Amino acid sequence: MHINALDSYRPGRSRVHRLDPRVKLPLTLLFILSVALMPDRSWVAFGLSQGLLLLVTFLSGVGAGLVQRRSAVALPFTLAALTVIFATPGHPLWTLPGGLLTVTDAGLWRFLSIVIRSYLSVQAAVLLAATTPFPDLLWAARALRVPRTLVAVSGFLYRYLFVLADEAQRLLRAREARSAAPGGRGGGSVVWRARVTGAMAGSLFIRSYERSERIYAAMLARGYDGEVRLLKYQPLGEEASLGEG
Amino acid sequence: MMEPCVEVRDVRFTYPDGREALRGINLHLAPGEKVALVGPNGAGKSTLILLLAGLLKGQGSIRIFGEELTEKNVRRLRARLGVVFQDPDDQLFSPTVFDDVAFGPLYAGLPEAEVRERVAWALDQVGLAGFEKRLSHHLSLGEKKRAAIATVLAMQPEVLVLDEPAAGLDPRARRRLIAVLRDLPQAMLLATHDLWLVEELLPRTVLLNGGTVVADGPTAAILTNKRLLETHGL
Repeated sequence: MHINALDSYRPGRSRVHRLDPRVKLPLTLLFILSVALMPDRSWVAFGLSQGLLLLVTFLSGVGAGLVQRRSAVALPFTLAALTVIFATPGHPLWTLPGGLLTVTDAGLWRFLSIVIRSYLSVQAAVLLAATTPFPDLLWAARALRVPRTLVAVSGFLYRYLFVLADEAQRLLRAREARSAAPGGRGGGSVVWRARVTGAMAGSLFIRSYERSERIYAAMLARGYDGEVRLLKYQPLGEEASLGEG
Repeated sequence: MMEPCVEVRDVRFTYPDGREALRGINLHLAPGEKVALVGPNGAGKSTLILLLAGLLKGQGSIRIFGEELTEKNVRRLRARLGVVFQDPDDQLFSPTVFDDVAFGPLYAGLPEAEVRERVAWALDQVGLAGFEKRLSHHLSLGEKKRAAIATVLAMQPEVLVLDEPAAGLDPRARRRLIAVLRDLPQAMLLATHDLWLVEELLPRTVLLNGGTVVADGPTAAILTNKRLLETHGL
């Protein structure tokens, strides 16, 4: 059983898909950097950036809906910037009951700009992940001289995210299968339920820990000596070589 | 008789929690010989495999190709004795099949062109030619098991040690696996509960129980001895 929903790559043969990952990755990072540097209230620049993203989305054929849905997941995190509404000096608009916190116009604009900038950046990242297989991204990172330990760790993370998710799913199913409700409604207090969930998280951790030991044994058995070794170039698939030509 | 490629003499191992897993194992494996290692759960099969790979250290002597297994030569000897672990998700730790099969040869210090050659050859041996770019987590269990064998074959070992290679496979995947294993020329020590596979593939059987060898002989003789098998939980 695979959790394919985690796999962000959407296979395709568009120009965006075929572009060499060594080009795509830096372009995306450059786009995110330029968005991050845009001043507050630069609506025209925001609009142009969004237009560029929509154009690339259209060319890639992954579907604007998909990109928006996935990007929306990141929106709640922008709430972390909520305090700038009150913390930025400017023309006071409205004081919260209690009189301690005052909303300023400059603060409101800044918050809105942060949300827009984050959303633009996330869309770019989502688009990159949707049009580039993860191993190609790792390979591009290697080619761009990202430290090899970091690349190797990202590779492990990607590989075992699925195994871990499968394991979590099996635990959840096992709980579900035993959570019968003979009287029509499930029993157990909130505290008891929390304890069960805690125990599940713990067992997931132990299982992962033990798995990591077994993986390390498997690595040692094939000659691992503590140093991360990588081939200079992973063979590129048809998709990437077509992009170069 | 030829010099054995694996020779285990009076090997004992006790886990840190005090459980005695192996209580004096004696075993030898001739070049090219295919031997089944059977026994109930907890008999010590997996422990013995970890000791052979030099991943655990016990008492007694393990000689591989006439060389005593020590801290010093363990890395060199691992290239000649390949271990395929039970859970392919442990063995396949890289994002793509290529990376995983290339791991052993890469750490053996082979030049890039040869690494690629080895990968293609090993995948071909297990019937997975052209799987290089596939993602490990998208493979079926049967494919994962065979890919795990390829990761070890790529190192071209002279002895293969396999822990439950057929567990959890459907009959068709199992038949494919047996066909793959039968065509391999290496000496083989295969731990399993699958007596049908033993009968099909391995002429000699070693029966392990409670950390000791309770029987060692021709598979036909051991598998027809119903009383022996029942006494030892098979």
